[in-house]
Amino acid sequence: MNQTFTIPRFRLPGLVAALGVHLPQWPHSLALASALNLAALAGLLPKESLAQMEGRSFLVEVLDAGGQACFACRGGRFRPLLTVPAKPDLSFRANLSAFLQLLARQEDPDTLFFNRELSIVGDTELGLLVKNMLDAIDWPRLPFPGRQA
Amino acid sequence: MQRKVPQLVCPAGSLPALKAAVDHGADAVYLGYRNDTNARNFAGLNFDEKAMREGIRYAQSRRRGVLMAINTFAQPGRFADWQRAVDGAAELGVDAVILADIGLLAYARQRHPELRLHLSVQGSATSYEAVNFVQREFGVQRAVLPRVLTLAQVETVIRNTSVEIEVFAFGSLCVMNEGRCWLSSYATGESPNTVGACSPAKYVQWERSPGQMATRLNGILIDRFGNDEAAGYPTLCKGRFEVGGEVYYALEEPTSLNVLEILPAIADIGVAAIKVEGRQRSPIYVAQVTRTLRAALDELARDRQHFSVKPAWQSELAKLSEGHQVTLGAYNRPWR
Ligand code: SF4
Repeated sequence: MNQTFTIPRFRLPGLVAALGVHLPQWPHSLALASALNLAALAGLLPKESLAQMEGRSFLVEVLDAGGQACFACRGGRFRPLLTVPAKPDLSFRANLSAFLQLLARQEDPDTLFFNRELSIVGDTELGLLVKNMLDAIDWPRLPFPGRQA
Repeated sequence: MQRKVPQLVCPAGSLPALKAAVDHGADAVYLGYRNDTNARNFAGLNFDEKAMREGIRYAQSRRRGVLMAINTFAQPGRFADWQRAVDGAAELGVDAVILADIGLLAYARQRHPELRLHLSVQGSATSYEAVNFVQREFGVQRAVLPRVLTLAQVETVIRNTSVEIEVFAFGSLCVMNEGRCWLSSYATGESPNTVGACSPAKYVQWERSPGQMATRLNGILIDRFGNDEAAGYPTLCKGRFEVGGEVYYALEEPTSLNVLEILPAIADIGVAAIKVEGRQRSPIYVAQVTRTLRAALDELARDRQHFSVKPAWQSELAKLSEGHQVTLGAYNRPWR
């Protein structure tokens, strides 16, 4: 309705994915961990949720881009992991468009999950915690695209 | 002349969800504390004290109602926790509390006679006798009916009571007589009535293998999905089981309730409010469902005679649905 910009559903061609896996994984992890830390520092993440994530490892895999980001929560801060643990506590897998839709709050994770566009494997309760924690962030209202006014 | 249409009551599992509901046209929102006093006690969901105050202020300053769900059953030795939740709601000035436990209804009535009481769907009142009972004993002013009644049965209840009646309009189906389902307890020892969650996440495993995904609840295989098959919530009622040599959804298909088609009938029989399920869903779900139902209700208020369901409304709602299908649920079931 008053949405000014929508992220279409798309899938990157396989070639891009093939390239992606050869790129270093570290920058993705770093970017993601920094974003979460910013939110934590700004007091946007509830302390009790952070406490429940202590010591847990997370893997985010962008299927069509072939990128992976792995990080862990230690001392209330998110730190990138250089090596992907054999069994991360929680893995999210989806195509880039699905992740972007999630981040822009344009699509509900349950909707993506029902439609099999998002896969969550590992500790289901931890997954719920992460999802609900991200949903509960009351971002300041800025008139930028992709957000409901 | 504008016709009177039912109120639209929408779910709020977080502050952004509450704001989404209010901004997109909910008449009231329902929410709960971050503990087992409400039936959506999920990790990281619901409101702490600060978010609760902010949410109530946000809604009430825009003249929308706030209903607080304290709709689980007080557990042995811990009645004080539930009493405290009711006291807190009264102190915060919510517009009503939604209760299921009869002991708690009695407490609320005695302690806070001015507090408006709604009977939760978990209270499982399916007849006008049950509804009139809670009115007589506790002064209940509205009852939420379980999703097991046909439209004709809902009408019979309304004709025989002065209690306002609220029914579900959209969302995942809890098919058993709400408040009386034992499936989750059977599999995990925990249920909505006791811990505030059906099939709690800590018992759920999603297992991926090439070409398929399997769901287990406390080790019990609930379902297997091929890669393009829509998935549902990991509750026993929505699993596929082998019965008499055949594998199928023996209890219920993973579908969502959607009453758009019978909205005029719902308004005609005098339903006071329609409710959207989904406090566990994200703010964007709340926004999408709320604005769709708001548009439909406004259209109904404007022109009852020419009301027709817009394809855009249906496709918006279908997209959000569990199992990708929508149904009229029990409302139009031929058997009862
Ligand atoms: S198992 Fe199904 S019917 Fe029973 S409480 Fe859970 S969702 Fe409702």
